[in-house]
Amino acid sequence: MRALLFSTALLAIGAVSAAADTTQPDPSNWDAVLKDARGETVYFNAWGGSQNINDYIEWAGDALKERYGVTLRHVKLEDTASAVATVVAEKAAGRDAGGTVDLIWINGENFAAMKQQGLILSPGWAEKLPNWAFVDVENKPTIRTDFTVPVEGLESPWGMAKLVFFYDTARIHVEDLPQDADGLLKWAQENPGRFSYPQPPDFIGSSFLKQVLAETVEDPAVLQKPVDESAFDQVAKPLFDYLDALNPAMWRSGRAYPQNYPAMKQLLADSELDIIFAFNPAEASNAIANGELPDTVRSFTFPGGTLANTHFLTIPYNASAKAGALVAANFLMSPEAQARKQDPAIWGDPTVLALDRLDVDDRARFDAIDLGVATLRPDELGPALDEPHPSWMERIETEWKRRYGVGN
Amino acid sequence: MLTRLGPFLAIGLLTVPVAFGLAGTLLPAFGYLPALGGMEFGLAPFAMLFSEPAIFMSALMSLVSGLATAAISLAVVMLFTAAWGGTRHFARIQHLISPLLSVPHAASAFALAFLIAPSGMIARLISPGLTGWERPPDLLIVHDPFGLSMMAGLIVKEIPFLLLVTLAALPQVKPARMRALIASMGYGRISGFVFGLWPSIYPQIRLPVFAVIAFATSVVDVAAILGPTTPAPLAVRLVDWMNDPDLSMRFLASAGAVLQLGVTAAAILIWIGFEKLGARLRDRFSCAGRRFRRDRVLRWGALAAMLVSACAIFAGLVALGLWSVAGLWQYPDLLPARFDLRNWMRVLPNLVEPLATTLFVAFISTFVAAVIAILCFVREDEMGHPPGRGALALLYLPLLVPQVAFLFGLQLLFILTGVEATLAALVFAHLVFVLPYAWLALKDPWRAFDRRYDQIAAGLGKGPVRRFFQIRLPMLARPLLAVAAIGFSVSVGLYLPTVLIGAGRLTTITTEAVALASGGNRRVIGIYAFMQMVLPAAGFAVATIVPALIFRRYRDMHV
Repeated sequence: MRALLFSTALLAIGAVSAAADTTQPDPSNWDAVLKDARGETVYFNAWGGSQNINDYIEWAGDALKERYGVTLRHVKLEDTASAVATVVAEKAAGRDAGGTVDLIWINGENFAAMKQQGLILSPGWAEKLPNWAFVDVENKPTIRTDFTVPVEGLESPWGMAKLVFFYDTARIHVEDLPQDADGLLKWAQENPGRFSYPQPPDFIGSSFLKQVLAETVEDPAVLQKPVDESAFDQVAKPLFDYLDALNPAMWRSGRAYPQNYPAMKQLLADSELDIIFAFNPAEASNAIANGELPDTVRSFTFPGGTLANTHFLTIPYNASAKAGALVAANFLMSPEAQARKQDPAIWGDPTVLALDRLDVDDRARFDAIDLGVATLRPDELGPALDEPHPSWMERIETEWKRRYGVGN
Repeated sequence: MLTRLGPFLAIGLLTVPVAFGLAGTLLPAFGYLPALGGMEFGLAPFAMLFSEPAIFMSALMSLVSGLATAAISLAVVMLFTAAWGGTRHFARIQHLISPLLSVPHAASAFALAFLIAPSGMIARLISPGLTGWERPPDLLIVHDPFGLSMMAGLIVKEIPFLLLVTLAALPQVKPARMRALIASMGYGRISGFVFGLWPSIYPQIRLPVFAVIAFATSVVDVAAILGPTTPAPLAVRLVDWMNDPDLSMRFLASAGAVLQLGVTAAAILIWIGFEKLGARLRDRFSCAGRRFRRDRVLRWGALAAMLVSACAIFAGLVALGLWSVAGLWQYPDLLPARFDLRNWMRVLPNLVEPLATTLFVAFISTFVAAVIAILCFVREDEMGHPPGRGALALLYLPLLVPQVAFLFGLQLLFILTGVEATLAALVFAHLVFVLPYAWLALKDPWRAFDRRYDQIAAGLGKGPVRRFFQIRLPMLARPLLAVAAIGFSVSVGLYLPTVLIGAGRLTTITTEAVALASGGNRRVIGIYAFMQMVLPAAGFAVATIVPALIFRRYRDMHV
């Protein structure tokens, strides 16, 4: 009997939804933001497929709780698109305040979609955050232009990414390594079944497609503009010719794909794959430190350049804990958090900050980092290729799905 | 007075969410969802659905894998019960298999994946010695295009389930006497069972078989872990569409859910055809007087199939446990080069919250389900007769309607009322699935209770409330705790209801494990799957040990 009453009471409590936060915090009045943020719970929607990243977010959550009284909850996503979907659905349902997503790890086409649909907290707030002063705007152009889309302070930079390849020196000689996409194709044909890429629309998998697109396209300038549907087939033809040739030489003959880059890491450890890649130059060093890869693994890039971009944090327009989200975004951009993130033993994700703007103590944090045996120095990373306009990613993903996603 | 509420609550819980959920799926499937701008009924979502690449391939995959799973697991269970029923082997296997029922689907799928992958335990065991595989062979085993791994993953889980429901049905057909009678007429063990006993057992387990078909045609977690990816089975694609940022995809997903409903219905209809065919074949052989005395191969085959399915899971679980404490572990080493507790140390802080949610939701939903089930049985005693067949079918409703088909609509309903991702909503959603199992598990012990204890107590002047709390409940402590353990394990293993209703904000061990599956980090998957397995096992341990302690001074209450 009592149980029944209790459960009814429980259902009743659940029906009372949390009070909505309607005030708009102003990041230029930072003290007020800090005061507002205390006691808030920030639901941080971030890809959750990698344990070291999850651990890092856990650490940030502890620090935020201790210093600012902000609780950070990591909502582990398989695909950032689902966080965007949630905000879209909430907007459609008229839930303009008290939304369930407070902070999103984002870039590229997801940012473009949110910006275009007006789903982001505005006006631009990122450049008003206290730690913005340290950000390397001059030398890292992708911080203000995300996949050709102007950022306008609608997302705060979190980390830098560069496409880097990894191999095991126990199995491949350094002189046999491919020097560009064509070389990779040739290598794959000579070593069938030892190369693959994560199944698009996985972010890293789609990025590989863009790398090949950027290398094979006749006029790279067209990639900086939205897709011109009438010319698409012709522009993308070299890409799909390449993939048609690559497919039979791939792992499992292209009938199955790894789901994401950590899965490729496992396959490298199992010696199923010989060349893998990631967007994080320190990925291999990190995996060696964690006992996931043998210490014979090393990195390489293409001398002609590989894709580079920035990843960001953004706050939905209807977030419940806007002040808390601002505090979290600012903290994650702080020299302390950025230095910890760059340590390959923790995560190894390159910083967005300009080291020459930091004070001595903060610089020392970065100088103390051991980049690890398998990490290339910044000057060895090779030139950066620009990310194409987000519409290309969507378009080639659809086309890929049509051609290879339904194989058999 | 209160007891009257029981059946109402039960029927309400079983039908209302399914009905509202189905409505919430059907309306958008036909284009009507004002919140997303769909104001007119039409077939546009279906047009969109059928223009999706390889949609029929996905649907066919779901249909075939559902039917094959049910057919193979039922055949193994039937042959095994026929060949070995009443023997010591049977009792042993039964003890071996029963714990498998409580292993969540996702955990057993992981276990199987760790075993059969080209770099899995089996390959490591025989390589490079027997196979010459210095490196893992480039074989498409997990995620194979025909869904064989997925079916295997489902079969090893459905065998324990079907065996248990068969065991529950067995006593009513007086197997020992029937067996002796049939054997005296010269029939082989298997043919005698199939001709003489099966026809009266099967009608009793028909609904559970349908539930297996419904589950296997629409499963998401096992399909995501073991199933094909190019293209994925229907239900997996539906959930992807549901999560797409493009709003119009919700219409597509709803239309897909209706297709899923059709696929499951078609599978059950085809199965009914199989039933008719099977009955005809049986009659033909039995009327022809065939006795099939030489069934040795089949008998040992049934035993082998049973053993393989059980051992596969156990071996896989051991592999999972090993990975959770592994340092560097390269192919083809059979054991890790180093053991390392660091994985656990790193993951434990992340485990706390999902674990708390898992336990809370499991405890509350199990408790409420048990109370409702008890109220129903008390009401049944008052009425003096059990509920009709319709009520029983109702009980299976949430198990027969594919989960995606009504959970989409239910999620939408919860969003519109603003209660999604609350603990109450999650408990409610779990309750829908826990209640049928609680009811089924309590049914036989409750009805088997010796009424004369009640009568004696009444004769001594005890009122109904005291009789209930002081006689009935304590004497039924053992089955009640077993019911709790079953409800608990069902709740722990629920994936789709948790993902959709928890909206990613309320996570349990199971949703975390499946989310991590894609990352391919075997160490972390090992830890989560291990936890998934330990929780129900702990529940069953409690259900065994506590009554033993309570009753240690009551000799007649010992088992």
